[in-house]
Amino acid sequence: MTTQIQMNAVTQPRQRGLTLILILGLISVGLLAPLVVYPVFLMKFLCFALFACAFNLMLGFVGMLSFGHAAFLATGGYITGYAMTHFGLTPELGVLVGTLASAILGFVFGKLSVKREGIYFAMVTLALAQLVFFFYLQADFTGGENGMQGIPRGELFGLIDLNDNLNMYYFVLAVFLLGFFVVYRTVHSPFGQVLKAIRENEPRAVSLGYSVGNYKLLAFVISAALAGMAGSTKALVFELESLTDAHWHMSGEVVLMTLLGGMGTLFGPVVGAAIVIAISTLFSGGELGNYIHIIMGAIFVMCVLSFRRGVVGEFQRVMARNFSASRVGK
Amino acid sequence: MNNNYILETHHLTKEFKGFTAVDDVSLNIQRGHIHALIGPNGAGKTTVFNLLTKYLSPTSGTILFNGRDITAIESSAIARQGLVRSFQISAVFPNLTVLENVRVALQQREGNSFHFWKPESVLDRLNERAEQLLESVGLQDFARVVTVDLSYGRKRALEIATTLALDPEMLLLDEPTQGMGQEDVERTANLIRSVADNRTILMVEHNLKVVSQLADRITVLQRGAVLTEGDYATVSDDPRVREAYLGVAADKETAA
Ligand SMILES: Nc1ncnc2c1ncn2[C@@H]1O[C@H](COP(=O)(O)OP(=O)(O)OP(=O)(O)O)[C@@H](O)[C@H]1O
Ligand SMILES: [Mg+2]
Repeated sequence: MTTQIQMNAVTQPRQRGLTLILILGLISVGLLAPLVVYPVFLMKFLCFALFACAFNLMLGFVGMLSFGHAAFLATGGYITGYAMTHFGLTPELGVLVGTLASAILGFVFGKLSVKREGIYFAMVTLALAQLVFFFYLQADFTGGENGMQGIPRGELFGLIDLNDNLNMYYFVLAVFLLGFFVVYRTVHSPFGQVLKAIRENEPRAVSLGYSVGNYKLLAFVISAALAGMAGSTKALVFELESLTDAHWHMSGEVVLMTLLGGMGTLFGPVVGAAIVIAISTLFSGGELGNYIHIIMGAIFVMCVLSFRRGVVGEFQRVMARNFSASRVGK
Repeated sequence: MNNNYILETHHLTKEFKGFTAVDDVSLNIQRGHIHALIGPNGAGKTTVFNLLTKYLSPTSGTILFNGRDITAIESSAIARQGLVRSFQISAVFPNLTVLENVRVALQQREGNSFHFWKPESVLDRLNERAEQLLESVGLQDFARVVTVDLSYGRKRALEIATTLALDPEMLLLDEPTQGMGQEDVERTANLIRSVADNRTILMVEHNLKVVSQLADRITVLQRGAVLTEGDYATVSDDPRVREAYLGVAADKETAA
């Protein structure tokens, strides 16, 4: 009992240090990656990784499963696309506008949904996202089934031409790192501490005077904003925004990424996004392309049955176990 | 309205699908008192607490706290007004450390609880106060322990420290000594007495020794209704109480 107590007490700061080293390592990998891997593939991955991190803020750190996050991804994309095309904004402003639009939509969604529990929350968010989908299907400015095409990437700060894929890549990397940092900061902030308390024991948090609904709402708005930021960036990368992003399949895919990688961990969604994007890219060209959803479904089932914590979650558990074993042995 | 009463209920009633769990209960809790709410299992004591703190809405009746009608306001707002409860089953944040449990409560009044852009370390300035509170319940050696690893009795002590962190004007304690060993019971009773110096306490308690030591006034509930009210001597002499409650409790104690 005592050894276990001490161990738990020691792991926390140490884990933080490890996280920091890991982040620095990954940033270096991120900086060098386009020398080895096709930049467009990397950019796609980073956008989805950010999307999944945003989603995980709700699922993993608040404990609420939103099934409507596609609406935020698409809203970011469409609004940025529209603003870039019609107002000639520079890309950083374009992304900002898309992010803000998603934050506002997130506020509306959140107001209508955060008081619901469990499956009802998922259902309300899904229903709202379907409304948004049909709106984008009907609205003129989105181009309906054809999508919004020819979105200009523009020049960053009016200086750096993003039509160069390498420039674009570093811009996307910067956006991703910013988003990732926002998640990290939120989780490890006074606000994050309250979120943790709410997830651990909601009635107790209420009895301590916390208006739980407002905390969930803020978390939802941050999550929606970051999902929007991912969508905005993605629209610039592909110079295209389409209904695929608004479809409920997309809301499902981000659940898959997050669970596969490990919900409630900082890196889980990143790993999950990498796996999902890699698999879908691998199969999309060949004959198996038609079966992609079945393959994903099978992976999902396997994942849920055999390693419920996801790749990163299981990895952390194994590490923790070895760590404690060495301490007890001492 | 009497200014001496910090908490009043008028004809408080709660029905669950035709079954009346709380039946026309009118309580007057005097400021500064330790007031005990006792009664056999299922008498409706926890339900009264749930009504007072809005975890349940009353079917009818009103609740006044400091003269203000709080019947319709939400739980977290009631807590912020200074009426804070503990729970019958130990209510802690299991995967936070013991220190963090208390700190979350201290944080509530700091005004930084929505600050998602600041590092967690801004909360460190609350550590000292949190450690003092832990010391007052004898948990100073466990500050860095993850709460799941605590024994049941210590979790209950932690819950009291967390509740006290809010420095509430009035405390509702639902069986604070339940599940504690004799030594912890005594420490908790002493703690309750000392925090009652400048507060009002309404407590549900099955341990009649604790009740007799602490309570200024006692209300006995039976099947949702008030059976009688008075000081310990009056209440314990009442034959109806003996029949309804003391007999049951005596059995319970011999069994324990
Ligand atoms: N949410 C609910 N729905 C239906 N019945 C309930 C509900 N909550 C409590 N009750 C019933 O109301 C009655 C009073 O319960 P309560 O928990 O208030 O008793 P208590 O006096 O706290 O008992 P104990 O000493 O066992 O804690 C019980 O018969 C219980 O089954
Ligand atoms: Mg009870």
